[in-house]
Amino acid sequence: MIEAVGLRKVYPLKQREVVALDGVDLHVEQGEIFGVVGQSGAGKSTLLRCVNLLERPTSGTVSVDGRELTGMSAGGLRQARRGIGMVHQHFALLSSRTVAANVAFPLEIAGVPRARRAARVGELLELVGLADKAKAYPAQLSGGQKQRVGIARALASDPKVLLSDEATSALDPATTESILELLRDLNRQLGLTILLITHEMDVIKRICDSAAIMENGSFREAGKVLDLIGTPDSLLAASLFPLPATDVPDAVALTYPRSFDEPLMSELTRRFDVDVNVLGGAVENVAGTSVGRLNVQVRGANREAALGFLADKGLLVREANR
Amino acid sequence: MSWTEELAQRWPEMSEVLWYGTLDTLYMVLWATVFSVLVGLPLGVLLVTTDRGGLTPAPVLKAVLGAVVNIGRSLPFIVLMVAVLSLTRLLIGTTLGPTAAIVPLSIGAIPFFARLVETAVREVDREVVEAAHAMGARKLTIVGKVLLPEALPGLVAGLVMTVVALVSYSAMAGAIGGGGLGDIAIREGYQRFDDYYLWATVILLVVIVQAAQSLGDFIIRRVSHR
Repeated sequence: MIEAVGLRKVYPLKQREVVALDGVDLHVEQGEIFGVVGQSGAGKSTLLRCVNLLERPTSGTVSVDGRELTGMSAGGLRQARRGIGMVHQHFALLSSRTVAANVAFPLEIAGVPRARRAARVGELLELVGLADKAKAYPAQLSGGQKQRVGIARALASDPKVLLSDEATSALDPATTESILELLRDLNRQLGLTILLITHEMDVIKRICDSAAIMENGSFREAGKVLDLIGTPDSLLAASLFPLPATDVPDAVALTYPRSFDEPLMSELTRRFDVDVNVLGGAVENVAGTSVGRLNVQVRGANREAALGFLADKGLLVREANR
Repeated sequence: MSWTEELAQRWPEMSEVLWYGTLDTLYMVLWATVFSVLVGLPLGVLLVTTDRGGLTPAPVLKAVLGAVVNIGRSLPFIVLMVAVLSLTRLLIGTTLGPTAAIVPLSIGAIPFFARLVETAVREVDREVVEAAHAMGARKLTIVGKVLLPEALPGLVAGLVMTVVALVSYSAMAGAIGGGGLGDIAIREGYQRFDDYYLWATVILLVVIVQAAQSLGDFIIRRVSHR
């Protein structure tokens, strides 16, 4: 749905050049939530702005929904942008307009007649749970309510793609939770493709199907969240499950890509006559799936066979000390 | 004769002079305000949008407009009035009377209002402008539906300041035959030492300024939703 190839963005300063994007390839599939996580200054924001060409990349191409934006005329680009919603960190609502008029704004821009605008605004406010606030002004709303208005506005022109620029960074944890839930619901109900940037690993964990970790203008790693978690030494797994390093002999790192009903550890000791000693563990809910990581010490004559058994069961097994 | 008795005796004649003087002042200020808005508003918006990184970047145009505005702002009004006398004669046919005074008043107030518009428009949140771009808005739409409505409270405040400045300018215009309350204050109050006219014009000018300010504050409260 979003295809960016070889994106580079260089800001020329007086003495030197600042490379904000250093050859990024971004591939976001139809209907998925793709999260880009990184520290501030990593280039996430520039990347997001390159997707709807608020920033024009120095080189590289961007296509959304099969149409190449980088080759479009100004008029074509304006048209294409109406199919790409955007949610902003500080909401970017018009303080001079009521909630309803803010949501209607993109429809006005697109030239939708007044009667159809009013009906659509009603639906959208219903969708984000703010039907009773239609006549309020943004200054009268809480941060979470403002962001709901921002989301309703972004959805007004029925976009296939939603870009989210740190949409929850200015919100408290409980409100963040509810906004993320809303995004997840919209993604499921409307089949909306979402590209979001965030500096919070938590956001990736909660709602993203795919993720990329960005550093110094390029992706350190990118892929399906569950695949990345199962990949030995992936940065994502390391930051989601920060298990302490162990120097215990014969230690093994186990990753549960889903929850298991069977009592695997006791079966292990019974069938293979090995000693299992749990060193550390963590369970996280990732992309709606319970994922766990466990550091265990496994000792005994049948150690290799025991580890093979776990791998056959679908666990990801890795020697911790090699 | 006490001053109250003297005032009562002179009031029928004075009130007529002051009434027409007030009308002349309002006439000059009103028209000069109209021209200031017609020219100053687009000028002030352009001063923001021609910025590097603005809506319509144009560094050369910005430098030229900025210089023109600064020249207008740096001239004391009394000097500007004299400096544009020939232009006034060309446009109106005379340099005397309230209609003639509208020319220097407008020329004096346009750059003043333009700077105030610039300040108000510059205050508009950049993220909101960016959001409008992301929605596929045209530049003219962004000016008309984002910049101006969002800056409206600041624009009204600037307009009030301009009206107040124009009332004061119009009194100066009286000094070179522009008519209005300033003319009365100078001819009757200053040159003929008539304190009754002097204080009557002072009171009327204060009332006009106060009324403009109160009306402006009321409108600002109505249009501000921050």
